[in-house]
Amino acid sequence: MSDVVEKTLTALPSLLSLDSQPGSAKLSSTSKLGNLIRGITELTSKHEEEKLIQRELASIKEQVSSPNTSMRQMKELMVRAIYCESLGYEASFSYIHAIKLAQQGTVLEKRVGYLAVSLFLNESHELLLLLVNTVLKDLQSTNLIEVCMALTVVSQMFPKDMIPAILPLVEEKLNHPKEIIRRKAVLALYKFYLIAPNQVQHIHNKFRKALCDKDPGVMTASLHIYLQMIQENPEGYKDLTASFVTILKQVVGGKLPMDFNYHSVPAPWLQIQLLRILSLLGKNDQSTSEIMYEVLDESLRRAEMNHNITYAILYECVKCIYTIHPKSDLLEKAAKCIGNFVLSPKINLKYLGLKALTYVVQQDPKLALQHQMTIIECLDHPDLIIKRETLELLFRITNAQNVTVIVEKMLEFLHSNTDDYTTIDLVGKVAELAEKYAPGNEWFIETMNTVFSVGGDMMQPDIPNSFLKLLSEGFDTVEEDRKLRLFAVDSYVSLLQGEPGKLPQRFLQVISWVLGEYSHLREELEPATVMRLLAKLLDMKQTSSETKSWVLLAMTKLVRAGQVFQSAQEVSETYGSSMDTVLRQRAQELQHLSQDCELRARVLPQDAGLEPLEVDSSLSFLDGFVSEALAAGAAPYKPPHQRQEELAQAKALSLEPYGLSLPISMSSCSIADRQSPTLLSMSSGLSGDSTDLSHKGSSTTLKLDGVKRVWGREGYLAQREAVEEAAQVEVPSPLRSPSQQAEADSSHSQTPTPTPTPEPDQEKQQLASSLFFGLSSQSSVCLMGKSEPTPQRFRRKAKGQASSSGAAEQISNSLVSAPSAVDNFLCNNLLDSNITSQVGISSSEQTSELSQGPATTNGTCDTEAESTDGDIKGSNPSLIIGDNGLVAADPTPHKDPGSPKDFCLSSHLPAELSELCRSEITPLCSNQSLGLSACHVHKEDSLVLVVFITNSSDAAIRQILLDLDSEQLQVSCVSDSPVEDVTSHSVAMHQFSLTVKRPSVHVEVVGMVSYQLPVGTPQEVQFSYKLPLTSFIRPLTVSTEEYGTMWLSFSHDTKQNLTLISDGEEPLTATLNVLKEKLQLHIVEIIGMEGIIACQLLRDQPCLMHCRVHADVLAVWLRSPVPDLPDCLIYHCQRALQEH
Amino acid sequence: MIKAILIFNNHGKPRLSKFYEHYTEDTEQQIIRETFHLVSKRDENVCNFLEGGMLIGGSDYKLIYRHYATLYFVFCVDSSESELGILDLIQVFVETLDKCFENVCELDLIFHVDKVHNILAEMVMGGMVLETNMNEIITQVDAQNKMEKSETRQPETIS
Repeated sequence: MSDVVEKTLTALPSLLSLDSQPGSAKLSSTSKLGNLIRGITELTSKHEEEKLIQRELASIKEQVSSPNTSMRQMKELMVRAIYCESLGYEASFSYIHAIKLAQQGTVLEKRVGYLAVSLFLNESHELLLLLVNTVLKDLQSTNLIEVCMALTVVSQMFPKDMIPAILPLVEEKLNHPKEIIRRKAVLALYKFYLIAPNQVQHIHNKFRKALCDKDPGVMTASLHIYLQMIQENPEGYKDLTASFVTILKQVVGGKLPMDFNYHSVPAPWLQIQLLRILSLLGKNDQSTSEIMYEVLDESLRRAEMNHNITYAILYECVKCIYTIHPKSDLLEKAAKCIGNFVLSPKINLKYLGLKALTYVVQQDPKLALQHQMTIIECLDHPDLIIKRETLELLFRITNAQNVTVIVEKMLEFLHSNTDDYTTIDLVGKVAELAEKYAPGNEWFIETMNTVFSVGGDMMQPDIPNSFLKLLSEGFDTVEEDRKLRLFAVDSYVSLLQGEPGKLPQRFLQVISWVLGEYSHLREELEPATVMRLLAKLLDMKQTSSETKSWVLLAMTKLVRAGQVFQSAQEVSETYGSSMDTVLRQRAQELQHLSQDCELRARVLPQDAGLEPLEVDSSLSFLDGFVSEALAAGAAPYKPPHQRQEELAQAKALSLEPYGLSLPISMSSCSIADRQSPTLLSMSSGLSGDSTDLSHKGSSTTLKLDGVKRVWGREGYLAQREAVEEAAQVEVPSPLRSPSQQAEADSSHSQTPTPTPTPEPDQEKQQLASSLFFGLSSQSSVCLMGKSEPTPQRFRRKAKGQASSSGAAEQISNSLVSAPSAVDNFLCNNLLDSNITSQVGISSSEQTSELSQGPATTNGTCDTEAESTDGDIKGSNPSLIIGDNGLVAADPTPHKDPGSPKDFCLSSHLPAELSELCRSEITPLCSNQSLGLSACHVHKEDSLVLVVFITNSSDAAIRQILLDLDSEQLQVSCVSDSPVEDVTSHSVAMHQFSLTVKRPSVHVEVVGMVSYQLPVGTPQEVQFSYKLPLTSFIRPLTVSTEEYGTMWLSFSHDTKQNLTLISDGEEPLTATLNVLKEKLQLHIVEIIGMEGIIACQLLRDQPCLMHCRVHADVLAVWLRSPVPDLPDCLIYHCQRALQEH
Repeated sequence: MIKAILIFNNHGKPRLSKFYEHYTEDTEQQIIRETFHLVSKRDENVCNFLEGGMLIGGSDYKLIYRHYATLYFVFCVDSSESELGILDLIQVFVETLDKCFENVCELDLIFHVDKVHNILAEMVMGGMVLETNMNEIITQVDAQNKMEKSETRQPETIS
């Protein structure tokens, strides 16, 4: 293909000459595009191009809107519009015409129409609704090409709410005689699964049929779906393992038609896909893994090294072997394979080899040892990508012995790197390594200095935060801590004496904090000197106002030394009139505190970083101020989202159903916990930690990644291996023992530092020995998941484990420590930029967040422990299932046929419950001696779960203990003295009251009953009980006015379209009535085409629903203060309407 | 999943761009520019993979590209795709174009953007690899072209 250039050049003149013949009507349409293209190639500046395209677009616009334009011309115009759009010029006027073309054109024109639509629009574009009918029509067409086009456009983009309209048609296509149609239908369904998994729940068996399709192409397409579903839930598809293995065996064995060969490799892409699926299935599962050993071996053997694509298969194979339950001889072969990759002269293979090494190195560090020379070579590779991958590999094998060399290499790379993304990523890694393995104070501070100056203002904010936290909390003996701080102070003073103008803002902030806090440790250092240095920072024009406020705070701390009173006064005068409110506030503080020694001593005591601080998170001390202000006519506080909404309403056309006219009372100003107002976003997505378990779900809770980082790397492998190990590793270990410390020190002293020698090879050898030091000794441990803690210097002390979850949070605050919230308010630099803007808050929810947010810098250690707990809890039930064969009961369909148990048991219901609405009594589990059944009874303010214990044996059962637990629910026992003994052939009953902790579509209670038979040991039976969220929903009777007030104050919302029910009645009323009946909702009012509905989750968790008839669908908008509730409710609404 | 397929020439002029995920017009152009910037400064003898463009997603995404004479073919994929597999898919794509246009060149892509898109649609559908067999792709495209010819007797669309 090297002659392409020439061809282009030779083709151009002939083309242009053709175009220059105006008489040739033959080429009229191409020549218009040709003219345009020629025009563009002749241009020299971007500006001219813009002008030309604008002219072109104007002419297209004129022509498309003219009624005389035929479809054929339209097609040509569309191609030109596509060309303009692809150059980045908007041609939105043509969108509607593209849809029209797809609608009305002949097949050929339709194709261009569809193409234009799929290039121009996206799934949320409103015009797309106009395409739905066309797609519907084409799906039913007898012309295969039209069907194909419709399926293609559907898989590219389709409005989510419209899926139900075409789903049956697409499903139907799975049985189409033509395999290409079946294949496209499968992919279209996959797309539906991705964007709306709920809607394709019911066709899972059809996917299975596609997997068994006689055409291998259709089967291949179905693997996309399975890969996705297995990724989400590997447990659910274990039974398919054997099928996948058989398919792979057949493919590898060459059983497919020759058509599927690519460079004489049978269906390589199919093999890759299958290997990926197998590795997902075999992960942590010995028995499943055993099924696939043979075929993996076969794949490795068959894949002869002859073409790129066989390497692709081999690579997947190796990854699979290292992911599933290990088998030694396979591992050996895989290791050899990796060797081939790494040693390959082909650079792509080398890259993948390094990737594979990185992947396996935690399990088998010896492998890295084998290839150490190659790795060293890769470190000097001209390709930056290879270099970076090598550093990634080194990062994974870092330990206390080789940390200095590896960090040195990383910093070297950082200095030459220009790519922001890599810098952020690598800086995070260096910081992590430095914290974990630093061999000494000096090294640590210097490394962090480089991190701060290179990482600059791009780096993750948790790096400086956790650094400061480390510094303030200390990590070792008091003397060591002192030395570290002293060193930091010295280092920073000399930095400031140099050229502080070159340092990034973040670094300056760190410096000023450290100097403010610890410069007094260096006795010979005059506070005046520090003050002068800091003042210099204030005078630099590149210093941001955020940094300035850090500097001012540092000065405030310095004033306590007394002598610098004068300069403090000057500074505070200068900034006391600053335009920046935060700065002004700081200057005020500086002024007041420098005058009032007593207050200063209370607010900013020296060296008190570790004492816990009590924070009044509800800010109740401000209540008086707030009520006074309100009484004086001040406007009540509105949360930011509400303000924004109002602003939007004021500006734009009112799209919201409820206007501003409603009175906003103080009570309506409940606080949204949608966004955390913390200054510091703690996301560590770039830190390379792929197992962010603690992040899952709740973005509103505070994230303490600063804490996590220290443990992160150890947790990594363990979390992949097994949850128990994760727990073991993640629990912060107590301070390391002296013996461990001795070990670390001695090993450090052994670390050879590379000295340059004339001979390059020797140099590399030496580098290798320092890089891979300590790996071989470790290798025995590693397969077990690195459970042995390596000695770590900067491991943080485990403290603050016990956190009280009340309003008064214990926060170990390093900035301030006096137990007064006022002081906190005054001095916490991070806090008050938020507080000043949100003074009026009286709810406790957001304020607790407020005070917790900045605490990430200042230090709470408990979240780590909590999240670990959560992880364990989360995984527990599944473990139980695996071990004891948990009996799951589904209340609705599971009914014991032929046994009138229901009736018998219901007679045992207490009178006050038997009157109420309840579910059927469902058997949960039973054995020879005992049977368990349950039902739930809807009470006004709670849901009562009644568990019946039937003794079916001839002897009495004693010491019955029933224990229930649920992730989503709060379970409390109702009976005061639960029955412990059940006599022969009788029934005992336990009542539990359930309330919702966390809404979910279905909630589940897991329970265990232990009991004692007259003879034998105590026994245990486990069970689970599943119930829909609807059981907890009660009508909420409110007036339209109240509704309006509530609507504005709720922050979690969902919008979705529902199908309308139209059986005779007015559709809106009919639909709402169905919802009312099935879900216990309260219809507040129906006005014209709109209706409002209210309900609540038991007592106090309201959810509001606004419905509007829109074309032939019901557009529903739900709002609630409870996260997830709107989503769950909309699901049940859908279900209710479907079932109707 | 394939997130985007981009073709641009040595000067960064986009010749074809297909996004399987929604980005705004501006972001798309920015992605093309950034991708070109990343890809164009790489030598011939380095690997064909690139990681971590800032725009098109973080660590999970990578760019896999091939450079043919005047054109860069770039596939942007997430971690569920095999690197080498995609690399060969690009080869299949280019070979298919070569077959369909008989010695493909940059001008073919400019003048027949719609055809190129149609060929691509037979290979990749909604971000998923649909067909990897060149002959099969050509059969499908030919079937459509035949229809085209039977429908339009006029030579204006035949080139």
